[in-house]
Formats: sequence, structure tokens, C-alpha cells
Amino acid sequence: MQSEVMFAGFGGQGILLSAKILAQTAMTSGFEVAWIPSYGPEMRGGTAYCTVVISDRPIGSPIIRNPLHLVAMNRPSLEKFAPVVKPGGVIIINSSLIPIGAGREDVDAVSIPVTDIAKELGSVRSANIVALAAFAARSKLVDRELLKECVKAEFSKKEKLIPLNLKAVDAGFQAAQKN
Amino acid sequence: MAKVLMKGNEAIGEAAIRAGCLNYFAYPITPQSEVAEYLSRRMPEVGGVFLQGESEVAVSYMIFGAAACGARVFTTSSSPGISLMSEAISYIAAAQCPAVFVNIMRGGPGLGGILPSQADYFQSVKGGGHGDYRLLVMAPASVQEAVEMVMQAFPLSEKYRNPVMILGDGLIGQMMEPVEFPDHLRTEPTNKDDWATNGMAFRKSDKRNLVKSLFLDPDQLNSNNLTLKAKYEQMKQEEIRFETYNTDSDYRVLLVSYGTMSRVCRTAIDQLKEEGVEVGMVRPQTLFPFPEEAVRTAAGKAGCRAVASIEMSMGQMVEDVERSVRGSLPVHWYGKCGGDVPTPEEIIDFTRSLL
Repeated sequence: MQSEVMFAGFGGQGILLSAKILAQTAMTSGFEVAWIPSYGPEMRGGTAYCTVVISDRPIGSPIIRNPLHLVAMNRPSLEKFAPVVKPGGVIIINSSLIPIGAGREDVDAVSIPVTDIAKELGSVRSANIVALAAFAARSKLVDRELLKECVKAEFSKKEKLIPLNLKAVDAGFQAAQKN
Repeated sequence: MAKVLMKGNEAIGEAAIRAGCLNYFAYPITPQSEVAEYLSRRMPEVGGVFLQGESEVAVSYMIFGAAACGARVFTTSSSPGISLMSEAISYIAAAQCPAVFVNIMRGGPGLGGILPSQADYFQSVKGGGHGDYRLLVMAPASVQEAVEMVMQAFPLSEKYRNPVMILGDGLIGQMMEPVEFPDHLRTEPTNKDDWATNGMAFRKSDKRNLVKSLFLDPDQLNSNNLTLKAKYEQMKQEEIRFETYNTDSDYRVLLVSYGTMSRVCRTAIDQLKEEGVEVGMVRPQTLFPFPEEAVRTAAGKAGCRAVASIEMSMGQMVEDVERSVRGSLPVHWYGKCGGDVPTPEEIIDFTRSLL
């Protein structure tokens, strides 16, 4: 069983970091993982995307054209990648910045205002963690408590950010479950 | 040691340190600059030397100098940077000094692009610099394998007193995967007293050593070339490494592929198997020496009707595949350049066209 998760948004939205935390959490759960960034010549403020592959056996191709899941943080990302998501996948839509839906009937598309939720928690910068948690809740790929452990470990050198990001995990789970 | 999630470039840097290499000279270039970034922090922590040279040319001669002194030394670069280093690589091979070079390939020719490529196969395997020299070329297909190959590269370069090239594509450098470092593989440099210019004060013998690549006397130059050739022949006997995939099956097509491309082929082979089509693969882990015998044997299996070299280049390794198969079967090529890595679906379509 293999899942591919694409994280996409503006440069600066923490796309690479939330993808890394997911990979770390899945690895800690015992899965094979690969974290594949797009490292093309992108402008500052341009699109950033990153794919995490999670599998119960050694990962073959790290090149994924059709991911199973998508976490879209801005509108260009949703428009570009929603059509290529495999049927049956999860699409998390950051409805704070994306006024449209996924336009797909064969996926679990969930609109969550992750940027607004993050602002309410205290910092817009934790929007990526809210989205990651919402995705984890919806896809059930990783365990909530383990995810929190990995968030803590990731921010271990910036300890003052830990409480905010743990709240972001809970808020993301709650928002995903309400929907 | 437990598994850690690490970017290929950083893991390569850590692997070198764990192999006992405390000298790293480099010049940044995408997609491998994180090696330098990582080692600029790590080398001082372990009492090593991190030095950013003024150019790749300067760096390559710093490598020559350190290697001639008997120090474990390595550098990392990407395609255009390796071109600039190629002169010194030829000198280092001629002077018989051990050193490790890592090329995290990007698209070429010229400045090309910064995305993954395998278009430096000829450069690494067939020459790059001038003269009759060879590099021992290792091609990792995962971050874990990159770590293992870097750690093996230092003792191998010392065994042969010859540069070793780790040839990875941009994805190997940029991807994060779980890696496990061997607890203790740090091997001390072998005794270099009989050739290195490591200073009379520290040496046990009274013999003066000379490291040089200039041999004006034709007999001496021929003799040096014969010495080098003997080492390359020994590599062919002792260092060939490869993996096979699905070669127990009754495959009708044999793929030959290395590095990241071989993983895409593996996925394609798995999907074809589900559809009832058996395809085998030989994955060279050393590109020089090339696993000729393994490719020939696999191609010779009853039922195999075609061989294809799948590479992120316009057809380079295919020449070695043809050489190995020796005309017994048609040899095809499929590939792409520019950073757009062929997908499993493309490999499947191409493989089906051979049936």
C-alpha cells in the first residue's frame, strides 16, 4: 500500500516543513518514506510544492505525477493539482485563500480556513501545521499523538513555538472532524 | 544507530565525516550546495577543514595537494563544476593519488538547468579529462546507498590510489529519505609512507617521495600508463557491483538502468507484472567497472527478446549495454533530458512497444 501526498502553496507558507513533519511521523510509525521537493527555478513568492511518499515497502519511483492526496494552500496550487489527484484521495483546501472548490466528485475534498484558524491561534505562520493536522485527521495516515511528538521534535531548537504548533495540530484535527 | 530522515546532500556530507574524511574543499552549485552548507557547520565541530575555494578549478587542485600529502579529502559539485575540475582529476589519476569526487548531476550541456540528469555518464565513465585514465564510478539509487557508497569510496580510492567518483542525479541530493549510518566504519587512512609527500619528519622510511604527472621520457610515460591500466583491470576483477530485479521471472524484455531512473523502472516493472508482462532489470551500482557479464548473462536468458537502456540522457550508457550484449539482441534506448524525469507510465509504454 502506497500513499502519495502533495503539499502545494506559495513559497513561504511552510510547504516543505509540513511535508517533512509528515514524512518524519510516517517514518517513526514504521513506514518507508521519501520527501521530494520541487527545486526548480522558482521565484520568491512563486509556487512551491513537495511530495511525500509513504509506503509499506521500499519506494520505487520518487517521481509522482498523480498523487493520491493534495494539501492546497493557495488557489494556483489547487487549480494546477486538483485535476491530477487519484480518485478516492483527500484534498485539503485552504478556504481562507481559495474561494473555489476542487471540482471533483470522486475525492474527499474538504475546505478548511487554515490561515484564519492560524491567525486566531496567534500566528499565521502555523497555517501549514493546521493544514497538515487536518490532512492527518482526514486521511488517517498518521496518529495524532505521534504527529504532536514529531512537531515538538521539529521545533526543539525554537522551543517557544512548540505550544502554538501543538495548538495548531489540535485545531486542524477539530476543523477536519467538524466538516 | 536509529534511522534519521535526511536530505541526500546532507547525508553525503555526514557519511564522509564518518568515513574519517576531515578535509572538504568545495565551491557551491545547485543542486548540491547543501553538502557545503552542512559541512561548513559540521567540519569545525569534528576538528575538520571546510574551505570554500574561489572556483572549482582552485578547489580541484587543493584536492590534489591534500591527496598528495596523504590526507583523506573530498569535494562535491554538479556537472559544470565537474567539467572545471576535470583537468585536475586527470592529473590526480596520473599521479596516483586517492581522492573522492561527488557529482550530483544537473542537466547539460553548457550551463543547462538545475534539475536531475544523468548526462555526465560519458564524462565520468569514459574520460572527462585528457589521457588514458579511469575513475571508479559508483551510482547510488537512494540516500541510504549514497551514504554507503561515500563510506566505501575512501578505502577504495586508497586501495587503488585513484580518484573515485560518486555519480548521483539531482534527486539523490535533494530527496529526504530515512538513513542509518553504520556505527563504526571510520577506517584510518592506509599507510601512505611509500608514496605520499607527507613530510620526512613524520615518516618511518628515509625514501623521498615524488608525486608527479609529468613523464617526458616516453618509456616512463608508457610504463606509468601500464601501471594505471593494471589497476583498472584489477577494478574490473574486484569491484563490479550490480543488482538485479525480477530476473527470476521469464522476462521478455531486459531493462538496464541506474540511479533514480532505476527506481522509476522498478515501479514500471511492478505494474507490468500485475498486467501479466514480465520484465527484468540489471541495475549497475558501479558504472566503471561496468557489469558487462551480468548484462550479457541476463540478456542471454531464454525468452528475452530485447534489451533497453533507460537513462536521463540522450543515450550514453546504452553504448556500454550494446558492448555487453555484443549484438546477440537488439539494444534500445529510452530517456529524457532537461530535468523532466521519465514517469513509470512512459517506461511502461516504451517497454510495451518492444514486445
